[in-house]
Amino acid sequence: MQVARVIPCLDVTDGRVVKGVRFVDLIDAGDPVELARRYAAEGADEITFLDITASSDGRNTMLDVVERCAEEVFVPLTVGGGVRSVEDARSLLRAGAEKIGVNSAAVANPRLIEDIASEFGSQCVVVAIDVRRTRDRFEVFTHGGRSATGIDALAWVEQVCTLGAGELLVTSMDRDGTREGYDVDLLARISEVSTVSLIASGGVGGVEDLVKGITQGHADAVLAASIFHLQEATIQQAKDALTRAGLVVRPAIAPK
Amino acid sequence: MILIVDYGIGNLRSAEKALQYSGAQASLIADPERVTEATGIVLPGVGSFGRCVEALDASQWRKPLLEAIGRGVPFLGICVGFQMLYEGSDESPDHEGLGLIPARVHRLVGAPRLPQIQWNRLKVAKPSTLFPDGIDEQWMYFVHSFAAPVTPETSSTTHYGQTFTASVEFSNVMGVQFHPEKSGIQGLELLARFAQRVEAP
Repeated sequence: MQVARVIPCLDVTDGRVVKGVRFVDLIDAGDPVELARRYAAEGADEITFLDITASSDGRNTMLDVVERCAEEVFVPLTVGGGVRSVEDARSLLRAGAEKIGVNSAAVANPRLIEDIASEFGSQCVVVAIDVRRTRDRFEVFTHGGRSATGIDALAWVEQVCTLGAGELLVTSMDRDGTREGYDVDLLARISEVSTVSLIASGGVGGVEDLVKGITQGHADAVLAASIFHLQEATIQQAKDALTRAGLVVRPAIAPK
Repeated sequence: MILIVDYGIGNLRSAEKALQYSGAQASLIADPERVTEATGIVLPGVGSFGRCVEALDASQWRKPLLEAIGRGVPFLGICVGFQMLYEGSDESPDHEGLGLIPARVHRLVGAPRLPQIQWNRLKVAKPSTLFPDGIDEQWMYFVHSFAAPVTPETSSTTHYGQTFTASVEFSNVMGVQFHPEKSGIQGLELLARFAQRVEAP
């Protein structure tokens, strides 16, 4: 049985949630741990932290956030952003992350995927791929979508699957922030060549976009940020929409 | 004290935190001689079967674990810690498991994607400590490419490509293919049931 997963994503810098969080009833809506706890209680299947901190001080702050999260949030936590080495991965896993997201550093040095997978297992390696449509193809971009690489996204997917990726997190940089929905054509093409689970990302404007990510994009999991942070949709509503479309989800558990 | 076997494999912090959160007194222990202090034992495990077996033997845990299990100490294996209850695994054919269940772990067949990385629903096969009679629908988080066949020891199953064992229970031995420490409230409740069994065998 394939079970669709719903994953809220939090952008974190210097230990604080960066953008667009509008939970009026949270004591500290900027605290990633508090938000993660909230989403987990609402039935989120996993939580993703994207560390957009530049400084090394900030990276230690992130480890602290992950450690605090591991004390009280008992669903899988993926942490990505700025992971450059096996040692970076080790620190995050030791702090309590379940999975590590690698992106730009893996494009620069594909062996990083292999190294992390052989050290800790493929299951903890999420390869994040940022894609833009350029002329007649899908191209991999890095550094938050700013740098073109000339690499064909479908070829890169095949390569990272071979290198030991456990999952793919594919973000359409054309759609990211637009609220126009996922690029389902991109997702469907990637799903076809991928041997591992695909997490859809970029462009969600409503719960029906999550449904399309799976029914049309053939993703295994759907990731979104602002619709949850702005309380436009709850995890429950996301799962209800997926269920109405005939998909299987883990029932959202009411907060205790 | 519930002893979490610290044999140099992966991140055991989440198992420790989840047990403590469930109200259990649990400690990571690296020294096999301290097995005598244990009223319950948890054996986690991530990565490959072979690597876990090697680590278990290199840290000299195999014999003390088997002896403790023989004395009736409640035991819970998680993920590869569960798989090691079997004779071996096709993942690492040259490595011997603990051999407490006469069967082998094999690669999942018919699965749409490997590894299975998702939540899945359990089907309870027999009432047990971990899944007592009348328990609600159970959803747990799985991460694996290899799985154990259904045998008389099986207490619950699930389906991904094929039906396989999600948990086992026989005498004082329990094992789960999924990760209760990552399975939200239901996972914590399962750990609490194990802890209760430890306190009141």
